[in-house]
Amino acid sequence: MDGSALREIGAFGRRNPLSMAGGVVGILVIVIALAAPWIAPRDPLKADFRRMNKPPDAQSYFGTDQVGRDTLSRVIYGARTSLFVAFSAVLLGTTVGSLWGVACGYLGGRFDLLSQRVMEVLQAFPDLILAMAISMAIGTGLPAVIVAIAITRLPFGGRVIRSVALSVREMPYVEAGRAAGASALRVMTLHVLPQCVAPYLVLATTHLGVAIVIEAALGFLGVGVPPPTPTWGNMLADAITALVPQWWLVLFPGAAITVTVLAFNLLGDGIRDTLDPRLSPAVLRLVTGAARASGRPQEATATR
Amino acid sequence: MRKYLLRRAVFALGTLIGVSLIIFVVLRILPGDPLVAILGVEGYARLAPADRAHLMHDLGLSDPLPVQYVRWLRDIAAGQLGKSFFRGDTVAELILRRGPISAEIAFLALFVSWLVGLPVGILSALRPNGWADAIARSISVLFIAVPGFWLGLLIVLGLLFWFGYKAPIVIVQLWENPWQNLQIVLGPAVVLGLAQGAYIARMSRSCLLEVIREDYVRTARAKGAVERAVVLHHALPNALLPVVTISGVLLGFVLGGSVAVEQAFGVPGLGRALVTAVVERDIIVVQNLVLLYALIFVAVNVLVDLSYGWLDPRIRY
Repeated sequence: MDGSALREIGAFGRRNPLSMAGGVVGILVIVIALAAPWIAPRDPLKADFRRMNKPPDAQSYFGTDQVGRDTLSRVIYGARTSLFVAFSAVLLGTTVGSLWGVACGYLGGRFDLLSQRVMEVLQAFPDLILAMAISMAIGTGLPAVIVAIAITRLPFGGRVIRSVALSVREMPYVEAGRAAGASALRVMTLHVLPQCVAPYLVLATTHLGVAIVIEAALGFLGVGVPPPTPTWGNMLADAITALVPQWWLVLFPGAAITVTVLAFNLLGDGIRDTLDPRLSPAVLRLVTGAARASGRPQEATATR
Repeated sequence: MRKYLLRRAVFALGTLIGVSLIIFVVLRILPGDPLVAILGVEGYARLAPADRAHLMHDLGLSDPLPVQYVRWLRDIAAGQLGKSFFRGDTVAELILRRGPISAEIAFLALFVSWLVGLPVGILSALRPNGWADAIARSISVLFIAVPGFWLGLLIVLGLLFWFGYKAPIVIVQLWENPWQNLQIVLGPAVVLGLAQGAYIARMSRSCLLEVIREDYVRTARAKGAVERAVVLHHALPNALLPVVTISGVLLGFVLGGSVAVEQAFGVPGLGRALVTAVVERDIIVVQNLVLLYALIFVAVNVLVDLSYGWLDPRIRY
């Protein structure tokens, strides 16, 4: 990484300190997930019948579950599955959705009309319920869960990127490409697609948090990644099989979900403000000519 | 207006037909024989092939797919939703018994979200970037990130741990015993309502800030109206439109989220029935319940669209 990239990140951090913090925590979680075998104190699958249902102590900081597995190790390994599923699902869903959106926006016509109806139908389902039905239908393995979550992300990519492609299509340079005799495919990939990268990144980061929550909910409901693979959702599901759930079995996996989702949401907000200025409240204020010097919108000063 | 209504209804109907097609296709590509799912591998192996065919025929699963699909739509139109594979009760009975509880949760959650979200949003907008605004915004960012079912588990555990209290887990309808019924639905409603309240607060803040900048608000101030009157009577009504819209969108979260939250609280609502059916691979129940959820979602969005004209008389259909 050269100096300019570092400066760029530094400037981003100064403008959005919270998003920077979110990014740092997010990277930390990713590192923990990648390095799980070296960080985790114990084997997450190994039962220890001498240490069942132990509250947090010096031997296992997050306590142990009903069969004596170490909760800390399971939370660390859980990050692996949860992040892997969320990243793959968002990558798959948003990418396919975005390409679909580019095609819709650029080609227009009957293809666009039909695609819009299909997306409307997909959006008529509540996310979690659609994901549940799909993962039930195609079997509850890791790939099934990824595909199920990805399908719920399709229409978002499709809609947003379609609107970008619609406006880009009318630009003179795209027209020039068409006039020069380039095929529709060539114009789409070389001229329209690059304009969609920024909104694509915004979409992908903002949907990461949603994907993590859906994955956890599927695991919690028993239709996600099948046990014994530790995921945060599965751990919560395991915890409540007991008549009186142990607090540490509920607290730690859920806290892991919350921290991770919070981190990615904050990062997503910052990336949106930076890359998609049309959506940013800061720019809205600039455009509407509110007071900039004080860093406060005008109406606030007027009320004092 | 009537023409618009008609067009909107036709559109919604088209969407619902698409929805039913997707449900049907998704559930019929189920790998494996539905009989294996119903009887288990051993039970399936014990059956003679003729018995299997007979059973499939009884369940109506041996007909060609288009025939099955058309029959399903016809049954819906006739109000007959079929039966659970595992339990004797019909899907219609299931919906009538459990639906009211889930509906109560949804309405109460909507109420809580406005009750909490709107005042917080207004408070934030009155002094943007002040300390109250900062606190309100951090809390809403937090509540958007917290998964509702985990918050629900924590509440259940906390009540049990400190007060030894456990909400009843039987089905008690509002008209049977309002007090017990309230204990069942209050927890899920508050959890779902708070998460939505966070979105409402965010939305109402940014909309208010936008409206407050308009000329007519300046006029109101210039004529000497008190700040409170300016915000509540002049600015707020115009800022509410997008907030209503997002409330409709949020209902999708409530419907989806309630499934997990009901599970967390152990509330015997429709969401839990759906989860049980999915886990048991009870296709008939799943296909009808998923369709019901989508139907409600589509209907609410139509209602939200129609409410525009009422909230903003400038909008003509």
